[in-house]
Amino acid sequence: MENMHTSDAITLKGITKSFGTKVIANKNISLSIRRGEVLSLLGENGSGKTTLMNILSGIYYPDEGQVFVGGKEVAIRSPGDSFALGIGMIHQHFKLVDVFTAAENIVLGLKGHGKFDLKAVGEKVRAICERYGFDITPEQKVYDMTVSQKQTLEIVKVLYRGADILILDEPTAVLTPQETEKLFGVIREMKKDGKAIVIITHKLHEVLSVSDRVSILRKGEYIGTVDTKDATEISLTEMMVGKKVTLNIDRKVPVNPKKRLSVQNLSITGEDGIKVLDNITFDAMGGEILGIAGISGCGQKELLEAIAGLKIVDAGSSIDFIEPDTDKPDSLIGKTPRQIKEMGITLSFVPEDRLGMGLVASMGMTDNMMLKSYEQGKSFFVERKQPHDLAEEIKGDLAVVTPSINTPVRRLSGGNVQKVLVGREIAAAPAVLMTAYAVRGLDIGTSYQIYNLLSEQKDKGVAVMYVGEDLDVLIDLCDRILVLCAGKMTGIIDGRTATKEQIGLLMTKTSHGEESANV
Amino acid sequence: MNKAENTHLREPLVRLAKQDGVPVKKKVGIRAAAIVLALVIDALFIFLVTKLNPIQVYAEMFKGTFETSLRFMWAMRDMVSLLCIGIALAPAFKMRFWNIGAEGQVLMGGFATALCMMYCQSLPTPVLFLVMILTSVICGAVWGLIPAVFKARWNTNETLFTLMMNYVAIQIVAYATNILRGQASSLGTINMGTKIGWFPKIAGHDFTLNIIIVAVLTVLMFIYLKHTKHGYEISVVGESENTARYAGIDVAKVTLRTMLISGAICGLCGFIIVAGNKHTIATNTAGGNGFTAIIVAWLAKFNTFYMALISFMLIFLEKGAGQIASSFGLNDFITDIISGIILFCILGSEFFINYRLIFRHKK
Repeated sequence: MENMHTSDAITLKGITKSFGTKVIANKNISLSIRRGEVLSLLGENGSGKTTLMNILSGIYYPDEGQVFVGGKEVAIRSPGDSFALGIGMIHQHFKLVDVFTAAENIVLGLKGHGKFDLKAVGEKVRAICERYGFDITPEQKVYDMTVSQKQTLEIVKVLYRGADILILDEPTAVLTPQETEKLFGVIREMKKDGKAIVIITHKLHEVLSVSDRVSILRKGEYIGTVDTKDATEISLTEMMVGKKVTLNIDRKVPVNPKKRLSVQNLSITGEDGIKVLDNITFDAMGGEILGIAGISGCGQKELLEAIAGLKIVDAGSSIDFIEPDTDKPDSLIGKTPRQIKEMGITLSFVPEDRLGMGLVASMGMTDNMMLKSYEQGKSFFVERKQPHDLAEEIKGDLAVVTPSINTPVRRLSGGNVQKVLVGREIAAAPAVLMTAYAVRGLDIGTSYQIYNLLSEQKDKGVAVMYVGEDLDVLIDLCDRILVLCAGKMTGIIDGRTATKEQIGLLMTKTSHGEESANV
Repeated sequence: MNKAENTHLREPLVRLAKQDGVPVKKKVGIRAAAIVLALVIDALFIFLVTKLNPIQVYAEMFKGTFETSLRFMWAMRDMVSLLCIGIALAPAFKMRFWNIGAEGQVLMGGFATALCMMYCQSLPTPVLFLVMILTSVICGAVWGLIPAVFKARWNTNETLFTLMMNYVAIQIVAYATNILRGQASSLGTINMGTKIGWFPKIAGHDFTLNIIIVAVLTVLMFIYLKHTKHGYEISVVGESENTARYAGIDVAKVTLRTMLISGAICGLCGFIIVAGNKHTIATNTAGGNGFTAIIVAWLAKFNTFYMALISFMLIFLEKGAGQIASSFGLNDFITDIISGIILFCILGSEFFINYRLIFRHKK
């Protein structure tokens, strides 16, 4: 156990928290958070980072262990208690009211008598913003804000309420590289000001660039704390995963790429009349991985769904599948997923919403295997033998951890859910394989397993489309990268020569070629 | 930090934790404990409020269903009416289509049967029965299909729609019976003398056929939901329409087809109630079973065999309540409280199967 330090803002001793009888989310965790310091809490998904921080913010109560704040033992039984102790949590998913101004959101939920003096609130907010260099104004409505501004507002909110211990849960997940740098600047300012800051993350380069110390969790257990200056990506990965891992993607030069999918002038107008996709034109080649980059919500989802036959496209759009043997183009416009299948075209699609679209959460692996093939054959009854065998095969090949292949997939961890989905889509022997955020929420080992599965498919001549958010991976994995910005295509670049900065710029570029703050 | 001192140093008294994978033994134990608890609370209630001997009251309650074989058969007859509607609701509910219009669908089916019995008497018996079945099934199906069409086409709310269709059905039957009965005070038993359109007596009861039909339906619906492509589609649509579209399932088609089946079985239920049991039609022919069946379907999680058990339990409580009311001269409220306590405990025990309570432990 670590000795208590005079500058310790929070000390945790022997924290244990379990859910049900089998899942131990935190097991005897002891660590300290110091003032004037940035601590990274590093661990793979399911390692218990968020549970631990939820204990500090009063959402869960630990089964065992002690929490000391400012040297005094405390019991945090509700978010209110946590607040009173000066702990502020900035969640991954923003908790803001869109139609309210920044100031209104900040005072929302605060106790007080009579009317709020919004003017005084505004002054105080302005003072906080000036102190740390935040770029929001109290009068700004949330719906007018960029993602990065919304996050800033969340930070201002907890500062306004007097928090001096800030916990940020995966704060960079939604930011561009440029915005991430800005956030780190703010974090350094707050650190200088004597705040204690915790960043929950699994991105190693961020850990190295912003934090002073790193505490590592693995499968609910505390592994250790190291000073960032003594750590490297490799040493951290080993602590996080528990064994040596090789993090490389075998990117072969595409062999004889052939046009497989031709998308021309693809536009989709949303219900509110705004174009979610605007005049997109590109080809996807068999034997190549085409990356699709962009801030989330820039039309990636719509693009893949349009190709899969799930979205109605505007007149004038064309999507052609080029037959591998005859080079004959078949238009996919206006076809439902079943009609596309009946044309003999196998499009595999790993959608972003795994349990809400790609799989049926309440069904086991076997029944999920049948999702796209159950209607085969003339029988009135479903045939479960083949799906059962396929489920067993995928369970074995991809090392899916599940009590049984009939356990509802919603009970599996995110990584295993994704293996089930990707396994099924690859087993269909597709001509085109589309994936949206295929590794979101997966641990490093599983992520690389997925990258390599995609690379294998590419080597087999499949046209792979990979919508991703981690630019480092896009650059390492993809042969070409298409960048979307607010529904427009801002460029297609070579994955082998692309840089993060170049992609970052394209991600925030409007059609006029100027950089826009409001994307 | 002043506020920090106010924070109590004690953990909460009770916390909840979700649990699953409870062993069957424990589940049975929890449920048995719930029944014992219900009997104990009821005993206290009976003793303190009515000054009766609880054991005697329980014995009477038991007699409600089991005193004579005839009583048992009556209980079975009422149970299958309830179960049949539960079976009809199962596919709709599994698809997350909240069909709360079973009452009306049953009534329309029963109404069609009654009309056939009155106006098609000249037909040979097999043909008459065929016509009765067909018209009642079609009437029930149409009543179920109308809300489904609106849902599939314009995404209207099916809960309100199916509910309101009940009142339309009730008014149609009220209007029609008013005309049909003429000067009489009620429509009375149809074909009392000729028994045309009545189910034949089997093993001494004319409702035996009801029990057989519903037993067959129980098995068929179980297989339909579990082992057919239709059943699979219903599960997928119910779980997530997005997933269904992704899988290439035509959601509108499945919605219409499933409600057609749901309404048709309700219509069939109206047919067996009128032809096999009541032999008349009135606004209360469905007797609220259309709503009680919602509870049956939900508690059984759409498994038709569990539905049979739950229907039986509900009918047992109902018969028992009636029995103690008449033998001890108690009013309905007291008997309702007694059966209500039993239901409450049994349903409440599900909570302890799904959640674990963690009490504050000493440090």
